[in-house]
Amino acid sequence: MSEEYKIEIVNPEKSFLIKEDVLEVVIPAFEGEMGILKDHIPIISFLKPGIIKIYSRSGEENYYVEDGIVEFKNNNLSILTSSIDNIKNMDKSKLQDLLKTAEEETMNSEISDQSKYLIDQKIDVLKSLN
Amino acid sequence: MASLDDLKKRIASVKSTQKITKAMKMVAAAKLRRAQESAEKGRPYSEKMNNIILNLSNGISDKDNAPKLLSGTGKDKIHLCVVMTSDRGLCGGFNSNIIKKAKNYFSKLSKEGKDLKIVTVGTKGYDQLKRIYAEKIIKNISFKSSKNANYFDAEKVSKIIIEKFEKEEFDVCTIFYNQFKNVITQIPKAQQIIPLIAERSDGIKSDDSYEFEPDEDEILNNLLPKNISTQIFKAMLENSASEQGSRMSAMDNATRNAGEMVDKLTIEYNRSRQAAITKELIEIISGAESL
Repeated sequence: MSEEYKIEIVNPEKSFLIKEDVLEVVIPAFEGEMGILKDHIPIISFLKPGIIKIYSRSGEENYYVEDGIVEFKNNNLSILTSSIDNIKNMDKSKLQDLLKTAEEETMNSEISDQSKYLIDQKIDVLKSLN
Repeated sequence: MASLDDLKKRIASVKSTQKITKAMKMVAAAKLRRAQESAEKGRPYSEKMNNIILNLSNGISDKDNAPKLLSGTGKDKIHLCVVMTSDRGLCGGFNSNIIKKAKNYFSKLSKEGKDLKIVTVGTKGYDQLKRIYAEKIIKNISFKSSKNANYFDAEKVSKIIIEKFEKEEFDVCTIFYNQFKNVITQIPKAQQIIPLIAERSDGIKSDDSYEFEPDEDEILNNLLPKNISTQIFKAMLENSASEQGSRMSAMDNATRNAGEMVDKLTIEYNRSRQAAITKELIEIISGAESL
């Protein structure tokens, strides 16, 4: 039996990515990284800033996300996100920009603990990419 | 009767108007294609979002403690209406249709004794509504500078709405926009977004049990504000496709009318030219006869 399932990533503007031959996806879920294989139970979760790793028959792909919602059902993984980028297409200067704005945000003392946590996560991820 | 020179000038002016409307139609057609494409591409996102929220709200155990964005404040007193129109005119009945729909709704609300607050998106709607409802309009948002509808703008609008909701400035929020059906038909729509009335778009009732991580409430709290941005973004996309479609058919009509007018004026011009020639001939002949 095949071990493949379907992934669909959509952002508000368009369908970002559809792949039918996915073996495993690792998502940065809010409460920790999560690997999803075929026949996972239905789950809804949301994402924190991090990297989505997609392992498929055609190779490995990495995407940087800042937020989003994940739904897995009937071997269909849908990821809704408003901010996603293929890491291959992100150059150093763009990373620096993102890092700089994130660091500025964390200086702001009025933000809630939750958003502070998210921004810290973002900074960690961006630093690891850099 | 107008002189030959006047007629000539009018023909020239109608012709140049026709050129403008023709160009506008062409531009609208090109923009329409793009707007339509992005409206279609944006649909999966809002549909998926809708379905997830539906699944979540079905699964929610404690209805009384549900997030207020979903269940409402429990009152039905103050209504916030977000009227979304275009920033530019010359697009047929596009803006008037939305305004008409909104005005009907407003008068219904005031008959029921409810308070009304208005937020307008787009300058044209503001211009039309401020005449009657000036004191009800609490904010006017315009995205004149952004070329296409983008998610960033939608988020700005939804942030304003949510902020006002959290300050309990209103109980029910409805958005007005034109839904794009095809180039000649756009349907003005009123959609309530707070409290949320979710309907299944595919008509299937699902009772899948999901695992939630973190729990339902937290996901809903995170998701509902996003859903408002998504709904507003959808409305913006539909609106921009409708605007271009409406402008295209309006300009098409204008071009055709101008063509008819040019034909009519040309006939009139030729007739009067002929009349002048005939008159001159008669004068010459009767002058020769009298000699």
